[in-house]
Order: sequence, then C-alpha cells, then structure tokens
Amino acid sequence: MSDEHIDEISGVSTTGHEWDGIRELNNPLPRWWVITFYITIVWAIGYTVAYPAWPLLHSATKGVLGYSSRNEVKNELSAADAAKGKYVAAIESKSVSEIAADDTLREFAVAAGGAAFRVNCVQCHGSGAQGSKGFPNLNDDDWLWGGKADQIQQTVTHGIRFASDPDTRLSEMPAFGDIITADQIKQVSAYVASLSETVGDQSMLAPGAKVFAENCVACHGDNAKGNKELGAPDLTDAIWLYGSGEAAIAAQVTTPKQGVMPAWGARLGETRVKELAVYVHSLGGGE
Amino acid sequence: MLDNTQVERLEAEAVNSAKVRQPMYAARKKIFPKRATGNFRQFKWLVMAVTLGIYYLTPWLRWDRGPFAPDQAVLLDVANRRFYFFFIEIWPQEFYYVAGLLVMAGVGLFLITSTVGRAWCGYACPQTVWVDLFLVVERAIEGDRNARIKLDAASWSPRKLALRVSKHAIWLIIGAATGGAWIFYFADAPTLLGELFTCTAAPVAYITVAVLTATTYTFGGLMREQVCTYMCPWPRIQAAMLDESSLTVTYNDWRGEPRTRHAKKVQAAGQPVGDCVDCNACVAVCPMGIDIRDGQQLECITCALCIDACDGVMDKLGKERGLISYATLSDYNANMMLATAGGSGSVNPSLVRTDNGLFSDRVAHFHIRKIFRPRTYVYMAMWSLIGLGLLYSLLTRDRLEINVLHDRNPQFVTLSDGSIRNGYTVKLLNMIPEPRTVIVTIAGLPGAEMSIVGVDLPAGRSFAIQVEPDRLRMLKVFVRLPAEQIHGEAQTFTLQVEDKASFESSEYTATFNAPEKAR
Repeated sequence: MSDEHIDEISGVSTTGHEWDGIRELNNPLPRWWVITFYITIVWAIGYTVAYPAWPLLHSATKGVLGYSSRNEVKNELSAADAAKGKYVAAIESKSVSEIAADDTLREFAVAAGGAAFRVNCVQCHGSGAQGSKGFPNLNDDDWLWGGKADQIQQTVTHGIRFASDPDTRLSEMPAFGDIITADQIKQVSAYVASLSETVGDQSMLAPGAKVFAENCVACHGDNAKGNKELGAPDLTDAIWLYGSGEAAIAAQVTTPKQGVMPAWGARLGETRVKELAVYVHSLGGGE
Repeated sequence: MLDNTQVERLEAEAVNSAKVRQPMYAARKKIFPKRATGNFRQFKWLVMAVTLGIYYLTPWLRWDRGPFAPDQAVLLDVANRRFYFFFIEIWPQEFYYVAGLLVMAGVGLFLITSTVGRAWCGYACPQTVWVDLFLVVERAIEGDRNARIKLDAASWSPRKLALRVSKHAIWLIIGAATGGAWIFYFADAPTLLGELFTCTAAPVAYITVAVLTATTYTFGGLMREQVCTYMCPWPRIQAAMLDESSLTVTYNDWRGEPRTRHAKKVQAAGQPVGDCVDCNACVAVCPMGIDIRDGQQLECITCALCIDACDGVMDKLGKERGLISYATLSDYNANMMLATAGGSGSVNPSLVRTDNGLFSDRVAHFHIRKIFRPRTYVYMAMWSLIGLGLLYSLLTRDRLEINVLHDRNPQFVTLSDGSIRNGYTVKLLNMIPEPRTVIVTIAGLPGAEMSIVGVDLPAGRSFAIQVEPDRLRMLKVFVRLPAEQIHGEAQTFTLQVEDKASFESSEYTATFNAPEKAR
C-alpha cells in the first residue's frame, strides 16, 4: 500500500477505498466510542452469565438470575387466572339465566364459552355452530330439547342418548319400516312434507294424515309441532335435521337415525358447562 | 570488505512505522466556551426561556372537559388510549393527526434548513438548549473560560473537589427535573407529583425519571458537542438540504483576509490588510470547538455566537459589523470573485471597498427575496397543504361513528318459519366526554327487523341505545328477513346511528346474505 493518499483539504490520509472518485477519510474514532464498544462486549458476557445462554451437552446454563421463559408464561397465566377469578366465582354461584341477564357476566361467559366451544364442540357442530346433516345448527330458533339457557345447560351436562349418563336425555323414534307398509310410509312422508311445503301428489295427503294420526301423534303431537320433553322435532317448520323433502322424510321414517351427544358435565365441570350454555344461548336462537 | 556505499540500498519502507501509523482512537479535546454577548446570544436566551417554559409548564395547564374526562390540557393517556390537546381529543384510530404533525415538522425542518441553515441545531434543539443551561451552571460555579481552563489543569484540591461536586450535583438535579417533567405528560400532573414524593407512583415513572436523568446529565453535561458531531444523524441529512441560497454562519474572508495582528506595520510595508485582527474571539466562544474561519464544517451548529463575539470586536475597532455573518454561498462567492479580481489572485480586501473606505456597491448583501425560491415555495406549499388538510379534517371529523362487522361463520341462519337471519357486530363510538342516547336504525331492506342481544325489547327497525361518555359500545345485532322478502343472495342496506340532540349521524352500508335458493 505504498500509494497512500492524503486528502488535500483536510490533510488526512484516506483508507485507500474509492467510489466514483469519493474517498473515505481515515479519521480515528473518538475514544469514548471505542470504550463504549468495549462496554457492550463486557455487557454481553455479563448477560450470558445472568441469563440462560451457554449450550451444554444436554441442556444450557441456567443463568444466575434464574430467569426462564416457561416460568414467565406460568406467572402470566396465573395472573390471568387471578384476574378472571371474580367472574368465575360469580358464574359458579349464579344460574345460567342470571348470568345471561348480567351484561358483564354474559360477556365474560360468552368469551369463555366460545373458547370452550371451539375446543370441544366444533368437531360435530362446526366452527360457527352451524351444524350439518344430523348435527343440529345451534344458531337457529328450532330446539329439539328446548332452547332456554337452563335447558341447554341440561343437554350439555348430560348429553343425548349417552348411555353412560343415567340422567341423559333419552328418546327413540321407532323404525316404522317394520311396523307399517311401504305405501303407508310414502303417504305419511308426503303428508309431513306438505306441512311446510307444496308437494306434487295431492292424493297422498288424506291417507297420509290418517297414518300420521294412528302412528305419530303420540310423540309429534296432533298438530305435528313436536314435543321438547321427548326431543320429538317440530315437523311443520323449515328446519330438517336429516334433510327436507319426501324422500329424506321417508328414509327417516323407515330406519331412523338417532343422534348421540356426549355428556360434558363430568368432563368440563359445572362452570365451564354454564359458560357453554350461555354461549350457545347467545348465538341468536336462544329462547 | 565492502565499503558502506557499496551495500545495496533496498527500496523499502516500513508500512507500519511509528511515523505513519494511524491512531485507532483519538482522545477528546476539551472545549471551554467563553461567554458571548450580543444580539444572537440575547435571542438564544429568549428561545431557551420559551422552550424550557413550554416543556416544564405545559403539563400543569388545566382545561375543563366536564366530569367525564381529565382536566389536563395536554395529556397522553396511554392506559386509556386517549390523547388530549386543549380542545382536541384524539382516539387511537385518529393517530394520523399526530403522523400529519410529524410530517409537518419534517417539512418545516426542510424549509427552515433550506432558508436559514441549521437554525434548529443552533437555537431550538433540546441538546443545544440543555447544553446552554448546563454551561450557565458551569460558568456560575467555575467561572468563565480562563478560570475553567485553569481549574481543569490544576491538581485536585479541596476547592476543586467542592466546585466539581457542586457542579455535577446541580447538573443531576436539572437532569432529574427534566425527566420528572416528562412523565407529567402521561398522567395527571398534580396527582403524580404527590405520588412521586410519597413513593406510590408506578415503577415505570421512577424508571423513566432515572433514565432521562441519566441521559440528560450525560448528553448535556458530559458529552455535549460529541452528541452533535458523532451521534446525531441530522447534521448529515442537512448537507442535502442546504444550497447556495441558504443562510449559513460564514466567515467573510473576502474582507477579513489577510488577517494580521499588526495591521499598521503590514500596511506600512504596502501589503493588503484584512479586517480580521486574528483575536480568536470567535474560536473562544464556540461551543463546538471549531474555527469558523476554516469555512463551513460539519461540526458547526450555526449558533451564531461567533458572530456576536466578532461583532463586539468590530465595534471596538470602529469597523462594520458582519466580518462573520449569516451569508449565502452565492453572495459569498460573488464577493470572493470581487476580492480576488475574478479569482486570479489572493484576497485583496481593498477591492471590495471604495476609496473612502466604504463597501463598494458591487458587494452582494443578503436580501430577503432570496428566501423565496422554487424550492422553498414547494416546502411552504407542502407544509401549508398538510396543515390545511389536517385542520379541515379536524373541524369536520365525526364524534359519533358506527362500525359494522358482518358475521362470516355462519353467514346466514335459516329459522323455523323459513325466514333468514344475519348476525352483525355493531360498534358505536361515542367520542365526546358526555353520555348520550343514540338511535340505531335499519334503512332499506323492507320487512327486516333487528334484535339486539342484551336489549330486552321486541324486534324492530329502530332502537334507542345508551352510550357511555368517551367510550365504544359493542352490540350483537341480529337482522331477520321473512322468506318472501328475500331477493337474491346478497342485499345491501344501511345501519344508521343518529344523535337527535346534536344532529350528528353516521351510517354503514352492510350486506344481508341469504342461501342460494331461499324458500
């Protein structure tokens, strides 16, 4: 590097680097800056001593301050639990209808119940609680076993046709394929369909009504409005769990499908179930 | 045996010989600025009083906003996410006002720099103001420049120790007061002051005071010019802001050179004599430790104290003021051409004067016209346009807003009577510190009725809703449309909110979804 270049104006030598005729002066750094640089190095070493840092064979140094991110999460979670404490206590002591009537408690229960719903319920009822064929839509105003908050609580706690819970909601639609003839099934299906929509063959309706009166009114009622005590669906409305139309109705009359819902009371505890009931009730169809 | 001269001499040179070795770092050279007096010094005292006054007193100003909002005129309420500035209250989503002010500050800085150079650095920058304040303390305790140099060179004695300890103690008190004033912008000042002294304030308050005390003491007391020269990016940016029509503090060597301390002797020898008597007054007062006579330098913050110092000397000598002055590069170059007879020779100050000793008519002087040029017009236009835009937006902004979020899952629900229901999360923003009752109404979508979760009223098309002062109220709204009123998969309608008392209203256009083939 014999071609040392001295800048004419400042009289300072340059680093020898040149970009489009621009050269870099080789001025020394201020000493405090260099000292600051050394301090950062010392700081970094101290930091690795104070905090977990150096990798060992199977783990890493723990750091003398005893910091751990897992502990931090644990503390934050327990702080969050403590913050929620008074709401949880209130939910424990109050009934679901009382909770639903209190703005603050309802807001808390809807949030907590929504979280529990997304973990435990979405597998059958869908992420928006919109259900699917055979799994009821929880947003609408049609309830097999009742849509009041305490009825929902009962359903969630003990389930439906869930054999291992003695208090489970229980009913069974008989398989009419073995009881009445195929023609009768066609007639009663046309009659049931006609309660909520226009059917093609009007001649089926009178015999269908007769079949209905003989076989179905015991559970579904004289006016086919159903019975929530038995979980017998309202057959006059627009909502069909196993599909609308004569064919779908005939299939359900011949060999009925019986949905099962697990009992959640023992698994989730009373408080969580209450929150779930308030959440489901808040979806818009609650009675 | 060879003779000495016969030994071949190699053409080699030690690359790292002590003679040419560069030092890795340089010790800081201490600066002892002398007290200056004059117009610019007066102006700087004024700026200092005003800026420090604004900084310390603002949090204590009161502004009555009624019972539902704080009465502090300027308050950054981080916990509640509100910013209060006298009659203006800003919610977080209105932060663009602050962004707009920052853009205005940026363009304003460009405008100031392109006209009067680094005026920000020289007069208004907190670093400059606090260094000035710290220098006042230093002078009061240790004396002016010569006394301080002497004290610094002296060996440690009880007197030196006492002076140094008291100086640093007062600096630390100023630092604590600086940090202390800062936190009052973030909480109710009188309450916080009480809490501070009873040790009940939030830890973050003490930490902030401690950090700002440390930075104020370090930057204002210890580092001073090092901050401007090495740490601050603005001196680098301003180089791009200056042009040949920008005013900068300039040593007018076209009248000052050749400088001499023995004017009469030189004059007698028939050589030209400049106005500069080489008294170094300009160097002694410089807080950056530079010699302005070397020309424009990146260290210069244009505090103009050298102008004051030089003017004082010129007055004593009976010469015109302005040997060091605010001048533009174009004027300076024109005068240099004059003084060097077109750049052909060295400076001869007699060329800029007439026979009677006054400046010739051809000497260029600054004229206010030079401030107005395309560039500054553009800056001024940008600055005022942004300002007017902000003002317009501020004067016409809504203090009542409605935001609607349509449920996406499920998009619609079929009800038992065949009607279709859509769900909406409706947010009502009452942005004034008073409670009010507002009317929420469905407009359009004939036949539709809504119900609101938690509002125990039969479904309808209009609801009166209570909103708390300065709060957002979130509502879960269900809109239900009978099957026979459904026309298509997506129908639009508006949700309106209205305050009958103030005639304010806001609306949101929402969509109502239905299944492909509604029954």
